[in-house]
Formats: sequence, structure tokens, C-alpha cells
Amino acid sequence: MGIEMPLKVAEVIEANTTEFTAQCYELYQAPPFGSLVKTSTAPVEIYGIIYNTTTGSIDPGRRPLARGKEESKEEDIYRIHPQFSSLFRTECNVLVVGYNEEGRIHHYLPPHPAHIHSFVYQCSDEEVYQFSQSLDFLSLILASQGKSPVPVEELLAASLRYASRTHPERGEFLITAGRELTLLLSKEVNCLSTILKRIQGE
Amino acid sequence: MNKNMHYEEQEDLRLGIVTGGSLTRGLDVKLDNTDLIEDVSVGTYVTIAGERHHFLGMITDISLEMVDPMLSINPPDLSNPFLSRVLNGTIIYGKLHILPQLTLSGSAASLLEGPQQVKTIPSHFAMVRQASEQDIARAFGEEDEKHIYIGNPLDMETKVCLDVSRLIERSNGIFGKSGTGKTFLTRILLAEMVQRGNAVNLIFDMHNEYGWMSTSESGYEVKALKQLFPSRVAVFTLDEQSSSRRGVSTDFVVEIGYDEIEPEDISILQETLNITDKGIELVYELHEHYGKKWLDRFLSQSVQETQEELEQRIEVHRGTLQALRRSLSQLKRLHFLVSEARQNSVASLLAYLNRKMNVVLEFGRYRDNILAYVLVANMLTRRIHDSYVRRKEQAMGESADEPVPLIITIEEAHKFLNSSVASQTIFGTIAREMRKYNVTLLVIDQRPGSIDEEVMSQIGTKMSCLLDNEKDIDSVLTGIHGKSDLKVVLSRLETKQQALIFGHAVPMPIVVRVKTYGTPDSYEHYGSITPTRAKLETEDIDDLWG
Repeated sequence: MGIEMPLKVAEVIEANTTEFTAQCYELYQAPPFGSLVKTSTAPVEIYGIIYNTTTGSIDPGRRPLARGKEESKEEDIYRIHPQFSSLFRTECNVLVVGYNEEGRIHHYLPPHPAHIHSFVYQCSDEEVYQFSQSLDFLSLILASQGKSPVPVEELLAASLRYASRTHPERGEFLITAGRELTLLLSKEVNCLSTILKRIQGE
Repeated sequence: MNKNMHYEEQEDLRLGIVTGGSLTRGLDVKLDNTDLIEDVSVGTYVTIAGERHHFLGMITDISLEMVDPMLSINPPDLSNPFLSRVLNGTIIYGKLHILPQLTLSGSAASLLEGPQQVKTIPSHFAMVRQASEQDIARAFGEEDEKHIYIGNPLDMETKVCLDVSRLIERSNGIFGKSGTGKTFLTRILLAEMVQRGNAVNLIFDMHNEYGWMSTSESGYEVKALKQLFPSRVAVFTLDEQSSSRRGVSTDFVVEIGYDEIEPEDISILQETLNITDKGIELVYELHEHYGKKWLDRFLSQSVQETQEELEQRIEVHRGTLQALRRSLSQLKRLHFLVSEARQNSVASLLAYLNRKMNVVLEFGRYRDNILAYVLVANMLTRRIHDSYVRRKEQAMGESADEPVPLIITIEEAHKFLNSSVASQTIFGTIAREMRKYNVTLLVIDQRPGSIDEEVMSQIGTKMSCLLDNEKDIDSVLTGIHGKSDLKVVLSRLETKQQALIFGHAVPMPIVVRVKTYGTPDSYEHYGSITPTRAKLETEDIDDLWG
């Protein structure tokens, strides 16, 4: 096929206006931290950024046990107990940062949250490039502060590093983003310097 | 900067945006990039693009700002190019303080009226850029018959011009510390005025600098008025020998008779001659008693004789008389004072001035002699002023033509215009009554702080080179909008060839790099502009020699 199909990676299992949780189809195959994903909830496509990924037992009451005492390699555990791949699952927490309606990208919250069982796709480089033409999503990330176990500075830095890969003028993009952040965080100089340290030299 | 390049790069001259301020306090401008901060300097001009008007303003202060004081405790490493580019202009930024001066509107009507004094301010976040050559040219006009090109703004090639008609309307002042270029500025101004012929000049040339060739401080010889305009300038001298030694072709040797000296002439010299108040009273008594010949009589006869003759009228102490005699004897050292003058100097002077001949009065060996300078300048000016008042009154009665505007140049002006004598000297009167009688002053001084406040406030256009004495700066800037801002500008001038010009003849205060004078190129310019009444040349001179 000539048209590249978007990579389907997960499915929404919990959603609200500001975020959704998706279960990955493959164990450990979650999109990277800070990357851009989208989910289709007609008539809009909702964009989100992966802010946390968890892997655990399907049954919350049953904790996995350590199995590798006798094995020399980690892979051997899964080879000997192939059912384990089905007993565990990987979930991603996704922060909603915008939506696409009839080809127009909006960098604010969509009118409705994602539906359960909506498919979650990893965005292509072109989509990431288009989405990051505006840096308004940075303020949505900042607003999520305190929600996730991950420090917001880390998320901001990771998302910018990720988006910057798709920009031919990578350094310029990061400088523009850095200036935008500087304005948003002008009163929190320590937080700002943490982020800047994490995005410089990319 | 190359001129053509300058026009092309105009859009790149953006400096920042207006973030606050007021008409009286001036505007605050946030610089886009802190890197620009070392490229801007106090005294340069910026244009602010408001919604409906363009504004022209002067940078009066530059400061460094940061959003969070925490940064000064833990400063970021700006040697890192990434951090430097991210932080510059965002949380650390440069701030300019700008004094808005003029409104340059875009409408057709205002194009005709020209720039207006600023009465409002631009809106929030209006864009600020360096003023272009055209902006300055629009404000100051082009050099022509009515505009004197005096110099260029800092970092620009545009010509800054003074409006001649406004310049001669009021008294003007040139100030500055010794060695900052007052004399050069004066030479340029005088040469331009002589060339245009809108007014006639009488220059009391204390240091023999304006009539004939003299040596500049850097050692080369500079031509003066008589050499540039031989047919329009006459050199009068008080000391023929000194003038001929210097190879000056003089037109008239001034002699003053003792009988021409009046008590008022002595009273302004009270301090110079060290005469007591009693002594001055006595001078008036002597004048009353002996009439015109009082001084000659008093100096030639003995003190006892005088005392006896005066005792018929009043009681006088011999001591007072002796002291007065001692003081007045100093006048004997002035060799241009004679018992009776062969020719009437005032009449000759007026004859020249009436023919629109500019007159430079050289003091020869009496250079730096305050006594001679004050005495002669005051005496001659009083008589010339009397004549002007008479003629102006006749003109008002429509029985005669108005006299040609006269500009009298005096140096060491504080000797004539300090608070204690300004009310008595004719110069005080001229400065105060302004152009009513077509006589104005060009005051040159290095201690403007000593000049009477009332006189200073009447000076129309002030041109000030560097001043650093607080009192002098205050006095020069009296009554101007944005005084404290301009104070910074004035005290930051270069020591040479820079002047802050403000007042009646310019639309707004401006710092200029005074144009060069004294090089062969600079002389070529003179002669390129014809005076308004060009026919004074030969015909009038023949007349004069009758």
C-alpha cells in the first residue's frame, strides 16, 4: 500500500477531559515518554502526550513473583513461562494537549473526552512537526503539574526533545521553545533552569 | 554607516516595544534583545510607531532589568549560547528610557504643518526602532537659506539644521567648559549667519579669534570671518599695533574719549575696579558736578582740588576720594581711552551695521582684560541699543524702515549678566526685552551657573558643549521639559565637537556632532548660499567709503 498507515499502539480504557489511559496491545510496547499520540473520537482527533507508563499484573489482586533465581538470562523467564506476556499489561497515561478538527489543529482541550475503546495511534514525524508549530501546548503541560507522579519539568523537557527531532532547525526550535518557557516560568527560575538544562545540547 | 545601507536596513532597526511610562516621566522601552544594549547610546533618537502617529524621542537612560531577583543570586551561565539566546530578552532584558519629543503624523495636513510638539504618548507595546535619517531630516528640515546646518546627530549622516528666523528672534547662548569647542561652534554659527545675511552681527572678540586667522588648539590655523567674507565683515580694533602685527587688515581703530564714559559704565565695573558703594555714589556726584568731562577732570587734578570743589555740594571724605581715584586710575592703562576721541566710534560702528556689514571688534593686547572688555562692550552696546530703540520706534511710527536685526556676541557673559549687575547692564536689558527692538545677544560662557536666572530663562536657543558643574548644568537646563533626563545626556557628551542643542530654533533637543570647521573643505561651503539681500556688496561698500 502506498499510504502509510498510522501505527496503532493502544486502546483507551479510561478517559476524562484532560487525560486518558490506554492499554498497549503489546507488553512493554508503549510509545516513549513525552511522545505525541492521537486517538480518534469522531468528528475530532484528540492529541495527547504520554506522561506516565505502568506495567503490572492484569489482576490487581495478584502480584507477580520473582522467577529468575535459576535462570542465567532474563529472556529465559518469558521463554519458560510464555503465559506471562498475557498476564501482564502495559498502560499509558496520556495528557490531552489539543485536537484536530477538519484538518485544523487546536492547542487546547477538545469539547468531549475520548471514548473508551478508541484506538490510540502513534503520531508520525510529520504530524509531530505540524503539531509543534505552535508551542501553546506547553501551558497545558504546565497546568498538569501535581497530577502525575512524574515531575512536570521532566515531561516538558522530554516532549520538547521528542518534538525537536522532527524539526530540521532543531536548535532554533529549542531556542524558541526555551524562550516560550522562560516567559511561562518567569517566576519559577529554578524550575526553568532545570528544564533548560535538560533540553540544551540536543 | 553607509547611507544607502541605512535606508535598506530600516526595518532591521527595531529595538523593542513600549512597556509603560508617561508624557512627563518619559517612556519605558523593553529591548528585544539584550545584545542591543551596547549598541544604543544616550542622546540618540528613536522612532515609536503608535497607532495614528509616529513619535520621535531621545534615549535618556539605559538600564538592565530582570524578572526575578533570584537570578542575581544564582546567575545563569550566559557564556552558554543556548542559555544566552533563551534568556536574553525574556527574563533578563535591557530597558531604555525615552523622552518623547515630537509627533510625526502620517496625515496630509500634518505633513504640511511639520512635526508637532508631543502632546500624547504612543499606546502600549508600540514598536520602537532607531530613528532613520529621513525621520531626523523631517524634524529638522533641509539645509537652505533659512536653515543652518550645524552638525549631525550621533551615529548618523543626516544634517541637523537650525531655523535662522527663529534663531535671530531671540537671544541665544553657547555654553561649555573651557576647551570643549565653544569657539568652533560660535565660528560656524557666525559664519553661517554672515553668509545668509538675515541679521547683522557685532562681535566683541575678546580673544581675537573671530575676525582674522587664529590657531586652533590642535595647532593648525583656521580662517575667520573676515577672510571668508571680506566684503561683508569689517574688523574694528582697540589695538592697532597688535592687529597689524598679526597681519589683520583692520577697518577702523576704536578710540573712546573719557567724556564718553558715564557713571553707569563705572558702576558695572564696581567689582572689577574694586570700588565701594560710597565710591559709586561719588562717581554720580562727580558726573553731576563736572558734566561730561568728569572723568578727565577727576583724574587730571589733585584729590584735594576735587574735594574742595565738591564740598560746595556735598561732604566727602578724602579717603573715599583717594580710593576712588586709585581705582579709576586703572583706566589710564587702557590706551584706547583718550581725553577726546578723534572719531566717533559709535557712529562709525552704526554706519557699518546699517549697511549690513558685520563688525568684529578685536581687543588686541587687551585680550583677557576683563576691565577693557566689560567697559567697551557695555559702552558701545548701550549706545547702539539706544539708536536701535529710536529707529524701531520711528519704524513703528512708520517714518522709517525697521533696523536690520542685530546680534551682539559677547564672551565671558557672566561678567555682564551675573545677578548683581544684570539689572544694570544693557545686556541684561537686551536679554530680557528680547527681540522687541531687533537686538539680540549671542552669549558665550563657560560658567552659565553664574548668569542671572532671569536672563537665562529668556535665552531662546541654548547650545551646550560638555558641562560638569552641577550648578552650570542646572542653570542651562532651567525650564526645559525632561530636565533630569537631559542632565544625564549633557554630562555624557564627548569633550570635543559634541553639543546638546535645544530651544527655540530646533524642534526638539538634540545631541549633535558639530560639523568640522577649519579644513579647506569646510570653507568651500561658504559662498554656496547667497544672502537674502545679495546686493550689499560693492555698491554699499562704495557708499561706506563715500
